[in-house]
Amino acid sequence: MGRVVVEERNVVIIGSGPAGYTAALYAARANLRPLVLKGIEAGGQLMLTTEVENYPGFADGIMGPELMDQMEKQASRFDADLVHQEATRVDFSSRPFGIWVGDQEYRAKTVIIATGATARWLGVPGEAKLRGRGVSACATCDGFFFRDRELVVVGGGDSAMEEATFLTKFASKVTIVHRRAEFRASKIMQVRALKNPKIEVIWRSTVQGILGEEGVTGVRLRNVETDDVTDFPTDGVFMAIGHDPNTKLFQGQLELDDQGYVVVQEPTAKTSVPGVFAAGDVTDRTYRQAVTAAGQGCKAAIDAERFLEAEAHG
Amino acid sequence: MANIGDVTDLDFDARVLQSETPVLVDFWAEWCVPCHMVSPVVEEIGRDKGEAMHVAKLNIDENPEMTRRYGVMSIPTLIVFRGGEPVARMVGARGKDALLREIDPALVA
Repeated sequence: MGRVVVEERNVVIIGSGPAGYTAALYAARANLRPLVLKGIEAGGQLMLTTEVENYPGFADGIMGPELMDQMEKQASRFDADLVHQEATRVDFSSRPFGIWVGDQEYRAKTVIIATGATARWLGVPGEAKLRGRGVSACATCDGFFFRDRELVVVGGGDSAMEEATFLTKFASKVTIVHRRAEFRASKIMQVRALKNPKIEVIWRSTVQGILGEEGVTGVRLRNVETDDVTDFPTDGVFMAIGHDPNTKLFQGQLELDDQGYVVVQEPTAKTSVPGVFAAGDVTDRTYRQAVTAAGQGCKAAIDAERFLEAEAHG
Repeated sequence: MANIGDVTDLDFDARVLQSETPVLVDFWAEWCVPCHMVSPVVEEIGRDKGEAMHVAKLNIDENPEMTRRYGVMSIPTLIVFRGGEPVARMVGARGKDALLREIDPALVA
């Protein structure tokens, strides 16, 4: 069998949220002809949101999926190859770097990691069994199934407020369960949720388990101050307890921190491997905004461009 | 062609439950973003499987009876039916390899 010739790319971008698409836009405008492996969750977390009110330049707000569609189109206007494939393996131990989608191999002079983060699950008894039967991490996907039913939202950040508020369109009552005595969500999101007559809050409580056989019938709550355990009846549970970075693919390939985030040499987007850059939520446990991810994507593309220039003249 | 198109509350029994061939049913809706991500993957699996497994789509907005009967409360949900019984169930968008890891064992005795 003859050797398969694998094309070597200047830049391969893994991921297609605001960081990935912005990196693609900048790399394409720098004539680097980037290849973007969009992944199965193409468009990233914003595809699962409703209205985005804090992305600058959209005075009246914009729907999350529409924003991502615009970003993709903007990158495609220039010379960027965007493909609906998910990277399954990488090799950063030698250059050019290797990236695989199943058996298909790509080679790259530089790589930009923009794989983002994914909603976290509680990991309590009953959760895995009842996922898709009343346990969900996506209000915009699954809220529809809970018309006139009672729901629990677990969490205390912006996404918990957004999910709870959104779910009141369907549910008769939404109870937010939060382990602390105050939310860490932004003021505007808190006020919007708390003044909603359909929303109630159970403070200082954690979910110990999810009850039900064929569907959710309740949650087992533990009050963190008194240790009292109670069963709270509900028809569904939505998780909004934060995110974990999507870095399983890169374990052992470059430096990750103790929570699995890619370590970058700020203010640059450089990782521990020269020629590999990272941007967006996969690096960021602090800000996690669409606009900060886009900014980091821009930095990663500029860093990659300068890296390639330095090599060419080296 | 192993993609057998749309099934409904009315023909579910004849086309899925009575089928000699295992059938993978994709429970979806027009408004569901992750459904649109997983559909092309499911269709590709249907083409790959040929006559070993059929692939059908069920629109949950138009077919509340089957949606309720199988307790579907998140979409996309994919269920493999064999001999009239659900034998594998996958919730949420995933890649082809991840789906096949659950589908393949369900197709053999």
